[in-house]
Amino acid sequence: MLNAKIPAGPLESKWTDYKGHCKLVNPANKRKLEVIIVGTGLAGASAAASLGELGYKVKAFCFQDSPRRAHSIAAQGGINAAKNYQNDGDSVFRLFYDTIKGGDYRAREANVHRLAEVSANIIDQCVAQGVPFAREYGGLLSNRSFGGTQVQRTFYAAGQTGQQLLIGAYQALERQVALGNVKMYSRHEMLEIVKIDGKARGIIARDLVSGKLERHFGHAVLLCSGGYGNVFYLSTNAMGSNVTAAWKAHKQGALFGNPCFTQIHPTCIPVSGDHQSKLTLMSESLRNDGRIWVPKKQNDTRKATDIPEDERDYYLERRYPAFGNLVPRDVASRAAKERCDAGYGVGSSKQAVYLDYASAIERYGRTEANKQGKSNASMEEIIAMGKEVVKEKYGNLFDMYEKITGENPYEVPMRIYPAVHYTMGGLWVDYELQTTVPGLYALGEANFSDHGANRLGASALMQGLADGYFVIPYTIGNYLADEIYSNAIATDHPAFAEAEKAVNDRIHQLMNIKGKQTVESFHKRLGKIMWDKCGMARNEQGLKQAIAEIQALKKEFWSDVRIPGEIEQMNPELDKANRVADFIELGELMCIDALNRNESCGGHFREESQTEEGEALRDDANFMYVAAWEFKGEHQWELHKETLNYDVIKPSQRNYK
Amino acid sequence: MEHYHMNLNLKVWRQKNNQSKGEFKLYRVENISSEMSFLEMFDVLNEQLIRDGEDPVTFDHDCREGICGACSMYINGKPHGPWQANTTCQLHMRAFKDGDTIVVEPWRANAFPVIKDLMVDRSAFDRIIQAGGYISVNTGNAVDGNALPIEKDKADSSFAAAMCIGCGACVAACKNSSAMLFLSAKVSHLALLPQGAPERKSRVMNMVAQMDKEGFGACTNTGACEATCPKEISISNIARLNQEYLMASLTAE
Repeated sequence: MLNAKIPAGPLESKWTDYKGHCKLVNPANKRKLEVIIVGTGLAGASAAASLGELGYKVKAFCFQDSPRRAHSIAAQGGINAAKNYQNDGDSVFRLFYDTIKGGDYRAREANVHRLAEVSANIIDQCVAQGVPFAREYGGLLSNRSFGGTQVQRTFYAAGQTGQQLLIGAYQALERQVALGNVKMYSRHEMLEIVKIDGKARGIIARDLVSGKLERHFGHAVLLCSGGYGNVFYLSTNAMGSNVTAAWKAHKQGALFGNPCFTQIHPTCIPVSGDHQSKLTLMSESLRNDGRIWVPKKQNDTRKATDIPEDERDYYLERRYPAFGNLVPRDVASRAAKERCDAGYGVGSSKQAVYLDYASAIERYGRTEANKQGKSNASMEEIIAMGKEVVKEKYGNLFDMYEKITGENPYEVPMRIYPAVHYTMGGLWVDYELQTTVPGLYALGEANFSDHGANRLGASALMQGLADGYFVIPYTIGNYLADEIYSNAIATDHPAFAEAEKAVNDRIHQLMNIKGKQTVESFHKRLGKIMWDKCGMARNEQGLKQAIAEIQALKKEFWSDVRIPGEIEQMNPELDKANRVADFIELGELMCIDALNRNESCGGHFREESQTEEGEALRDDANFMYVAAWEFKGEHQWELHKETLNYDVIKPSQRNYK
Repeated sequence: MEHYHMNLNLKVWRQKNNQSKGEFKLYRVENISSEMSFLEMFDVLNEQLIRDGEDPVTFDHDCREGICGACSMYINGKPHGPWQANTTCQLHMRAFKDGDTIVVEPWRANAFPVIKDLMVDRSAFDRIIQAGGYISVNTGNAVDGNALPIEKDKADSSFAAAMCIGCGACVAACKNSSAMLFLSAKVSHLALLPQGAPERKSRVMNMVAQMDKEGFGACTNTGACEATCPKEISISNIARLNQEYLMASLTAE
């Protein structure tokens, strides 16, 4: 059943060959073909702009008030590209290799190689759009390092790279809106896929301002709706980030790939209390210069600055001398949890470790003193100069930390702890980014494809833009070339009426429960189950319990949730209820997937499967596959396996020592 | 940092929809932690309202880390509240003390009609961008990223302008509801880069025309926009905008 449609031939020529042989649509026909795009983050905005430029009739939808607010905007650190501007040994093959290895050998070689190939084009495109990347004094682009690599290939714009890339894509999108090639629907949420004769032919969307349902036809539908980290309630995702579009597609027949693969990011600001609504990331780029440590003594209550150097345990440098503080995210997160669980955590909650900039400030200060020829600068002057350098590199992150915690990170080390950040799992797609429903595509974080069991830093922006700018413009033509004979279908077609009725019934059902508990309280409870039992460490017993608890929670939700207000008005509680209902169902599938995958790989850590040193232990003989789940009915899924073949890279135990 | 708890009185603007007349309503929230964010305090209020069978307060918010630009509350007479260089979502309750009364209103501007309660329609900003806030380069047209070196200080100034999050606080702070800071940030971002040069003149003319059409007011250089901007976009961008506009008008064909 699962055909990944990977082109034949040697790895490095697959994409070139594909582009040379895929079907094309002539410009006159493009004008007749309509494409619906759900979500306007990096993947959606870049796809909408590019397809609009090609001449397709595009309709783009986002739930935010403007496409510029999609959550891609919050990405901080950077975007990878195999440019080798630093002459430090980078190449397409190395980026490909690092990504496959970083993903713990659970991603498809062909997709990842394509990603590495187009990575360089992305940087060129963004520069041409006016994305103000950081530059050196010579006027050329600057790079920095990210986790899991030994070269400097990350392009950045201070700590706001996602913002700058999104604004670039947003501007390209708005240009197409102005030209009439894209019609933008803001404050709209997709609530159903419409299928006709087995193909995706449109969507039912709700206008979030009027509350009215709308029918929209498309020859193809692209879901660029992001990840589902908010299933954990607390995550670094934006409040509105949700799985609803992907979940509706899943229930309409699109398989869901590797749902349990979740990325827990090692450097986030720790939880401060029950009121917490979201967690804030401190960019991985901080690990370039910051050093992570805990006291050598358990339950040490001294202030960080009072703990002398020789009583500090720089545990990442100790355990992983080759990569040090720049080990991949999954490794760094587990190491932090291990120290905290063993009683070495810091701060009032003891669920935190230090990220310390003192030595970086001094080092930069000395460099600066040398540059300025101040050979007899005092320590105070050096520190002051060092702080200026750090401020230029990471100022916005330091400010954000201070606003949230009330502590000044230039003076005391930051306290950090892992938090849910990204989901590698998502809708299963083939090489063309098409789901198992013909005409239905998934791009960016919404699909499962490129990051295996763990995503490397600065790769999400790369993938979102690769999919939107450089992959879908080719692959969608291969499908739409056969659609030139299909006229647009009027939205009074019975399939549209049925889909709209289903959505309408569900909304009424939700509103009519009139129970006692708020949507938020259910979401929090779901999050707690997921974090405790399907979070950084998972085991059989816990997952089985979680499944039972989620099933019970679902029942309770559908009998006791309270949604105020009316249907046909702006009603954020109703919007949220729709999303939480889907998160509950997804949570169950994530636990089922985690239970099935009785091995540890990347971010998925099964306590039953670890090395003597506590590292993730893969089981390639039994689990070298993508778990793609088919929805069969309430609480029922069927597993399909896509075997992963490694023709070029030989999988081995990941080693960052 | 010492943590504490507080009880607060909230005076919140309630408006059912664009047609209805709004009014202030008084609410009380108790046992609010100084560690909460301002929006988390509103979450507490809303949970309380839902339990009491009332309609919760509608407001825009999303990333809650100060970058998406969605949040937009006018707090005690200042967009985004009392802290400098800050968004509502990053305002934390340690800015307040026990017994305080906090007044919360939506952005007020003709070009930003209220949708409900504290939520306004800022789509005028999107239309200003549509009028020319981009570089016309189709996907695939680009040359190598390092083919054209850009002086670091120009790239940095461009970035400083490009940091604008499009929240609209500048408009809300301005007594004339002018959008000049927003517009000047975009014009500067693109005018400072060589890639933006070919469309420099048409861009500024078209964007200014659209801004006027949307009903934003004129700029009288009071500087309230710069003082309130969460990203500290400099008012010198407005000077650059004026210069760009003048140059474009003088050399128009």
